[in-house]
Amino acid sequence: MFDHLLIAIATPLAAALLLLIPMPALARKVVAGVGFLMPALLALCVWAQFSVADAADYQFVTQYDTGLKDALGISLHLGLNGISLPLFVLAGIVGLAAGLYAIQSKAERPSLYLGLLLVMQAGLMGVFASIDVFFFYFFHEFALIATFIMVGVWGGRDRGYAAMKLTIYLTLGAMLSLIGLIALYHQSGAENFDLIALRQVIADGAINGSNQNVIFGLLLLGFGILVSLFPFHTWAPLGYGAAPSSAAMLHAGVLKKFGLYGLVQIAAPLLPLGVGHWSGWLALLAVGGNVLYIGFVTIAQRDLKQMIGYSSVMHMGYAFLGIAAFNIVGIGGVVLMMVAHGFSVALLFMLSTSIYHRTQTFDMDDMGGLAKQTPVLAAFFVTATFASIGLPGLANFWGELAIFVGAWKFSAVYTTLAISGVIISAVYGLRSAAKVFFGETSPALAKVSAEKAPTDLCWCEKIPALVLLAALLFVGFWPKSISEGVNTAVSALYSGK
Amino acid sequence: MTIEQLQAAAANNLWVNIQPEISMGVLALLLLVLEIFLPKKKALIPTISIVAQLGLLIGLLANFSPAYLGSTSFSGLLYHSSDGQYLRAFFLTCSILVSMLGVVALAKQKMPKIEFFHIVLVVSAAMMLLAQAANFVLLFVALETVTVGFYILVSYTRTNPLSLEAGLKYLVMGALSSGMLLFGIVMLYGVAGNPALVGSSADPMAYQAVSTFLAANPGNFLASVGIVFVLAGVAFKIGAVPFQIWIPDVYQGAPTPVTAFLAVASKAAGFAVLISLVYVFSPYEKLVTTVLSIMAGATILFGNLAALTQHNVKRLIGLSGVSHAGYLLLGVVAVLTVPQAVGSIYFYLFSYLLASFAVFGVMTHVAGSNDAEQDLDHYADFAKKRPCLAGVLAIGLGSLAGIPPLAGFMGKLMIFIAAFKAGLYPLLAIAIVGVVISIYYYFGWIKAAFFSTWRPPVPSGEVEAAGPAPTPVSLPMGVALGLLATGSVVFGIYQGPLAAWFLQR
Repeated sequence: MFDHLLIAIATPLAAALLLLIPMPALARKVVAGVGFLMPALLALCVWAQFSVADAADYQFVTQYDTGLKDALGISLHLGLNGISLPLFVLAGIVGLAAGLYAIQSKAERPSLYLGLLLVMQAGLMGVFASIDVFFFYFFHEFALIATFIMVGVWGGRDRGYAAMKLTIYLTLGAMLSLIGLIALYHQSGAENFDLIALRQVIADGAINGSNQNVIFGLLLLGFGILVSLFPFHTWAPLGYGAAPSSAAMLHAGVLKKFGLYGLVQIAAPLLPLGVGHWSGWLALLAVGGNVLYIGFVTIAQRDLKQMIGYSSVMHMGYAFLGIAAFNIVGIGGVVLMMVAHGFSVALLFMLSTSIYHRTQTFDMDDMGGLAKQTPVLAAFFVTATFASIGLPGLANFWGELAIFVGAWKFSAVYTTLAISGVIISAVYGLRSAAKVFFGETSPALAKVSAEKAPTDLCWCEKIPALVLLAALLFVGFWPKSISEGVNTAVSALYSGK
Repeated sequence: MTIEQLQAAAANNLWVNIQPEISMGVLALLLLVLEIFLPKKKALIPTISIVAQLGLLIGLLANFSPAYLGSTSFSGLLYHSSDGQYLRAFFLTCSILVSMLGVVALAKQKMPKIEFFHIVLVVSAAMMLLAQAANFVLLFVALETVTVGFYILVSYTRTNPLSLEAGLKYLVMGALSSGMLLFGIVMLYGVAGNPALVGSSADPMAYQAVSTFLAANPGNFLASVGIVFVLAGVAFKIGAVPFQIWIPDVYQGAPTPVTAFLAVASKAAGFAVLISLVYVFSPYEKLVTTVLSIMAGATILFGNLAALTQHNVKRLIGLSGVSHAGYLLLGVVAVLTVPQAVGSIYFYLFSYLLASFAVFGVMTHVAGSNDAEQDLDHYADFAKKRPCLAGVLAIGLGSLAGIPPLAGFMGKLMIFIAAFKAGLYPLLAIAIVGVVISIYYYFGWIKAAFFSTWRPPVPSGEVEAAGPAPTPVSLPMGVALGLLATGSVVFGIYQGPLAAWFLQR
């Protein structure tokens, strides 16, 4: 049987292994290209074949025993439902864009660089294809290690410190969520890490209220650290600021969604009483911390990459608000938002590096007037900024809209405050676009241009940017393409809760 | 004793049951004899030793379930079980790897060499017996054989004052711990042999007799004191807090292969003893659990916090080893309530063996002639100079840190699941804090090896103080290191029938 999901995970891994063999540059590019292209193609193929009417059930299901099935209830159980499918496609497409961008970059030791990125890609495909909770965690860690090494070796300023901070924070988050998952495994009495089995057992009310509160608390804290929930967000801007652009694209765009996905797919539907217990705190941290406080912090940033890092922390606040709202519209909005934000933040990180190559600085105060020399780059950046702010016609709009609609029933005050956050993102987004691209040519840019005039985007940069932009516009104009499956799956999981 | 009794006792001496241990002993003696005859060309005799041990290991694995499993021999001194078989293979593997590291490390010293391999064999044979002990007399004798062997091994590079210091420290501390162990055994012997008490036995040295006695006399004060003393004696061997004082100095001073031997085999032996003793002392579950829980928590925290500031990699790995003893103790605490915990501990030890020997293998190659001085700075630019060795190091350290997809993670996961089932929530919380702290120093080491660091420019006319140049890797050593690294990866992803064997018995 042709197992799309396993092949989507295995191809990048195989390509990464192949890259260990010394080979000429062209062969290396081909091997890595195949490794990045296959998951994207398979993801699209799966998406085309996916039956939307049955989106509540897992499809393309396969199961492999790694030796722990009987002893611990762990097996490599792969499959996609309406919630995981869009994220699987997101991982494939952002991976393709990040991979294409990395292949043409001039990193030192390119084989290792591409190899680690391929390992990340394999992990990402695995995270969203796993039905088994253990492997869901396992694949996440898989991708995380590659991230640490990439930040540490190829990172920019403060890479040593950033890599260490990232590692310690994310390990703490991962360990807490692991204990939460073990608690779920044991307290449910299922003694099984398989999500389908867990759902069956827990549907009978196997976990009482106080246990639900504790377990959901653990998972919320663990996953929250991984998604940069305020006040555990400090690793994110620092890490993204230091990370090489492809790693930042994959991590901020896709890997960070692991925590949200864990909450939406696993924790919240299994532990509804726990969500109810913590939703007040969650909304407070999400809106007061992530959206408003971090929103203002973002406005104050001078470093372009750090600003994008902070803005991604801020947008996570909307997602947490949607989870706190805990209704079908809100949760569906979270899934839409995860996909949209993944595309837009990846595009922004990629473009910021392209800007750096032309200006030799990330400091926005030293930039200005770049649009005259690079109109295409400017157009891409402004569109990505619009997407990030949440303008209609681009994917993020639908996610945020659904979250606000869902959250209104939960709390009108928090929703109003969160909506005002959109103004904050407009302020920093537009300001950054203006500072970088418009106005007078800055003295620093003039000095750099005198040495080597900045050229507009080359095709090797345009193609990945176009891929991401096309995805943003596609979902923006036709949200039904993913919302239908999401709605079916979320309704089945959350109805009656 | 009449002739008949002697005959009956002799009939129970099934020498064939301890054929692996006897073979090790014979091989050890043979090495000394061969030294007289064979030319002292480089590494000929060690090679014979390693090849012979490999043969023994294959023989042991091929005949893994002999007919005598589940029975006792030597009048109840030994109890043969599949756990014992596993531990035999474990110690034999350690012995082979230590011998291989010894070849590399001793080449850098001007020392008599053959005795090293001789003692390694004797110590390993004693550990193999120790794993099957069912009687306090055999426990003590085997443990002392191990310890006496280590006295010599630790101070083997006698021209190095740090090695001598380590030897002395290990001698004093080892004697103290043996004394405590013996004191405890005698107390148990005394109370369990007291005819005035219920359940007393004529043979109060046997595990079974002590266990029966303890079950019949709950809350006996002398027995409780004896149990605590015995546990303290064993805690010395595994380096659990508060008996970890000797670890950093001894680990630093001992030659690197011996450090590896101490870190892996000696610790595993301690845990093998501890697991069987926990079952013996199971009637006093509350006492045993309390003592071990306190130790486990303190050990995890102390090991990790103390390792944070180390720059000498041998001290670092020693103190991180203390924290691993803590995680293993967490499993031991769970043993009485969750039978699965035993298999988890054995899997953890197995992953620990793979990872530790990978790291020690790299350390042995990086070390210069002064074995005690191995600094983190010596690993600067290591990934550029020796990419393969650096890869092995990274996998080893990652596995020790417990990061998926490496075997060390699966070991930790199994222990954590067992601990969770046993309801040890506070200890689990401590363990998580420990894991997060440990990331700092393990990644610090990886950082030193992989990330390029800024170094102050060397003033003109001065030579940069570089670390010793790494020894080239021989083919067998390369194969061994490659196998260890691959094993760490493969058993992290696919445990296959091995996991079923460990967890479903």
